Amino acid sequence: MAGHSNYVPQSAAAKWLESRLPVISLVRGSFVDFPTPKNLNYWWTFGGILFFVLIAQILTGIVLVMHYTPNTALAFASVEHIMRDVNFGWLLRYLHANGASMFFIAVFIHMFRGMYYGSYKAPREISWILGVVIFLIMMATAFMGYVLPWGQMSFWGATVITNLFSALPLVGEPIVNWLWGGFAVDNPTLNRFFSLHYLLPFMIFGVVLLHVWAFHTTGNNNPTGINPKTKQDTIPFHPYYTIKDLFAIVVFMILFAYFVFYIPNYMGHADNYIEADPLVTPAHIVPEWYFLPFYAILRAVPDKLGGVVLMFGSIAVMFVLPWLDTSKVRSGTYRPLFKQFFWIFVAVCVGLGYLGAMPAEGGYVIAARILTTYYFAHFLIILPLLGFLEKPKELPASISEAVLSGGGKPAGAVAAPETK
Amino acid sequence: MAQQDTVEPTRRDFLYIATGAMGAVGAAALAWPFIDQMNPDASALSLASIEVDISAIDEGQEIKVMWRGKPVFIRNRSAREIEEANAVAISDLPDPYARNANLGADAQATDANRGVEGREALIVMVGVCTHLGCIPLGQAGDFGGWFCPCHGSHYDTAGRIRKGPAPENLLIPPFEFISDNVIQIG
Repeated sequence: MAGHSNYVPQSAAAKWLESRLPVISLVRGSFVDFPTPKNLNYWWTFGGILFFVLIAQILTGIVLVMHYTPNTALAFASVEHIMRDVNFGWLLRYLHANGASMFFIAVFIHMFRGMYYGSYKAPREISWILGVVIFLIMMATAFMGYVLPWGQMSFWGATVITNLFSALPLVGEPIVNWLWGGFAVDNPTLNRFFSLHYLLPFMIFGVVLLHVWAFHTTGNNNPTGINPKTKQDTIPFHPYYTIKDLFAIVVFMILFAYFVFYIPNYMGHADNYIEADPLVTPAHIVPEWYFLPFYAILRAVPDKLGGVVLMFGSIAVMFVLPWLDTSKVRSGTYRPLFKQFFWIFVAVCVGLGYLGAMPAEGGYVIAARILTTYYFAHFLIILPLLGFLEKPKELPASISEAVLSGGGKPAGAVAAPETK
Repeated sequence: MAQQDTVEPTRRDFLYIATGAMGAVGAAALAWPFIDQMNPDASALSLASIEVDISAIDEGQEIKVMWRGKPVFIRNRSAREIEEANAVAISDLPDPYARNANLGADAQATDANRGVEGREALIVMVGVCTHLGCIPLGQAGDFGGWFCPCHGSHYDTAGRIRKGPAPENLLIPPFEFISDNVIQIG
């Protein structure tokens, strides 16, 4: 990272600092002078957007904790207190709650981008795997955060999700009692979830630094998937991508603000404005929207343990994705068959999300089983086979050539006419 | 160099390994309090038993009481409900075991083994779905017993799973009569 900087300290103070802690050249090498492929499209801005949302979540979270009380008797009332009494409490809470959804919107797009352009392939496997780790910690953080308001959905969501572990043979029940700190979700559970919900975002931050470090070591992938060959193929990160990312962040903030100011509860559930009652389960329990595809996989399996295994397996399979895709070509732009299967896969994921929100009965269950099978088939059958069956298109000689001929732009991503 | 691999372990090797092993044992011993602090604490365990007066439950009525933070259903069943429960062959049940903490683990899921000895109408069950822990609704579902709204598990009038994803019959907690009308659960 630091090696990319040509920075030579000029002032006496900078020289003094550089010789003791080379932090200026580290930052310049990573985020100023860093040579970045010159053809990154707007799908690449979601990394920057995610960084922005992570910081926003941490800041709003820290100030919300100044008013929240993690106790079963007081939690629900303290959230209402934030909404009604605390100065701008409504804004901070809506920013935080909708920020979680924005985080997942951005991360799903970011992951699909990585899949389309083969960003997980050698030599970027570690960066991809760290990304999946971040995704897992994000899901745990979001789940625990949703429990804190201690509404009906908080309580019953926590009950259902922690009970997933009871499916494990022999150790299931001791593990669940250990997670709960009792024999049901109760005050000890709320307290530990609060503690971990505060901790995990900082762990995400740490893994994000490793994630960035990894792909700054290998260099960014780009829409052509071919490596930069000459200096003409790259441009410095600043000002080109700082400004591009900033512009994308501002556009994303418009969407974010629309939710916060106009439909702040659109992605929530009305039941969560009823205080938790351990004696009454709401008629229709649904997790937050970003868990729906995984929830659909859980319910598609008629066996309790099998459902849990497949649900965790649907994320675990992403860890080995770099070795499942056998194609030598990175970018989907040059893979005519993969491109079609990619969009089918996207549709299957969206379809699973829809089915996760529907009641688990009749045709919905059958559809969920078909889509679950396809989901795993995509990773375990289609991707390994495609590498052998598919004849990729000819790759451009360099990033510069692709940009100048207009052929490096992915279909659908940029509305440029084909000039080739 | 190859020769060095085969020489007798020295006293220094022994000290390295012994020190390392001691350090590992110490780290594991110190980790345990950090893990065990999350287990149910003394205050949670002290609430582990309750007494309930059941004299006021008429035929066809049910009460819910809290035991270990979970609801316990105590139902005085009607004659028709008992009849329906008795009419089912054990071989038709997804879970053939009684799941009665007062009986052996291999007791069959007959209505007699699910109910209370000498008081056929009475049934005492933990009202927590064995699938993922929701509270089933009473007198609902395809078998006139309980129905879990979360993922569609149907239980019959003896609290036995009949249809849906739940793997086991509703649990019968350990309980005993401490007088004619008072039971102690736990």
